[in-house]
Amino acid sequence: MAPAETPSQTVGPYLALCLPWEEGPVADPSGVRLAGRVLDGAGEPIADALVEAWYHDPPTFARCPTDDEGRWHVVVPRLPYLAVHVFARGLLRHLTTRVYLEQPGEDPVLAQVPAERRGTLMAQPSDDGYRFDIRIQGPPELETVFFDV
Amino acid sequence: MAETVSRLREPPLDYPDYKSTALRHPKQPLVYLPEQITELTGPQLGHLRPGTIDNDLTRQHAGEPVGERITVSGRLLDSDGRPIADSLIEIWQANAAGRYAHRWDRWPAPLDPNFSGGGRTVTDGEGRYRFVTIKPGPYPWGNHYNAWRPAHIHFSLLGRSFEQRLVTQMYFPGDPLFPHDPIFNSVRDPAARERMISRFSIDESQDNWALAYEFDIVLGGRAGTPIEEAF
Repeated sequence: MAPAETPSQTVGPYLALCLPWEEGPVADPSGVRLAGRVLDGAGEPIADALVEAWYHDPPTFARCPTDDEGRWHVVVPRLPYLAVHVFARGLLRHLTTRVYLEQPGEDPVLAQVPAERRGTLMAQPSDDGYRFDIRIQGPPELETVFFDV
Repeated sequence: MAETVSRLREPPLDYPDYKSTALRHPKQPLVYLPEQITELTGPQLGHLRPGTIDNDLTRQHAGEPVGERITVSGRLLDSDGRPIADSLIEIWQANAAGRYAHRWDRWPAPLDPNFSGGGRTVTDGEGRYRFVTIKPGPYPWGNHYNAWRPAHIHFSLLGRSFEQRLVTQMYFPGDPLFPHDPIFNSVRDPAARERMISRFSIDESQDNWALAYEFDIVLGGRAGTPIEEAF
């Protein structure tokens, strides 16, 4: 009989005891910087979150805890998009999203997203790279789209 | 269809008994994610993260930490029962007094200069892992009157793909706090809650040295299952 899955539990407030490491945010030192904040339903920064970003080709992984102002950043090769996980105290399961660094053409994932919410998945060019805020809760047009994985 | 799946998922994202979920859950429905190579692959940090093996939390300082020395071991499996080899496992926990070595933890139980509470290892070819640590203590957490967390160890698993990613908590058998803990009970299926509880093993315990707990972890997700096998 196939074994049943182990359920998820929150990372809690003390994930920094283990999960971050110094070079974790930097997947490619000569790459582009993507930075933003993680915000809650009151628009307040979440200071105990962790953001993970992944792309398959070239294999790219970056992990960054948020600071006291909810800020995170990763430095990655120039890629069309990144798959993103968000962990935090208060999240009993992590959230999964994507951040697009360039305007995609036909995209089977974006095609699932209501047109009026697609903008929440687009990184915005900034002075030093790209900006992408993750709003865990908010009005429909601002709340980041999360996927059912 | 996607919404139906969301409702069945455990634990729920909106769980009022755990107050921090109130402002930290999406209000919009989750969106169906079609199978894509990006999410069906994932980082193999077993080789990526520097200084990976650090699986004895009792030997990270000059002296031994205070507390009940234990081993925690088990296997990392996919939902077909296949071992997940060469995969990074990261753990963190409170000390024996229930205090985390973290600047935000204000619970006035003593810190232990010989215990940091973080460890990592990589599964072997059969998906096996093993840690040596001390049994963490329960602690109050302010969620409601007389709120105490049952003793637990946080586990972070990468698996084979981004979709298999899991962070969970391992509990100890027979904890009297189980009926009172909203985080544990956020998993509403009693059988699923049991899968977060380690088993005590007298056979694996070592005479005059340490008690042993066993904890197998099963990752879901579509990854690792070739599409032709999925039906």
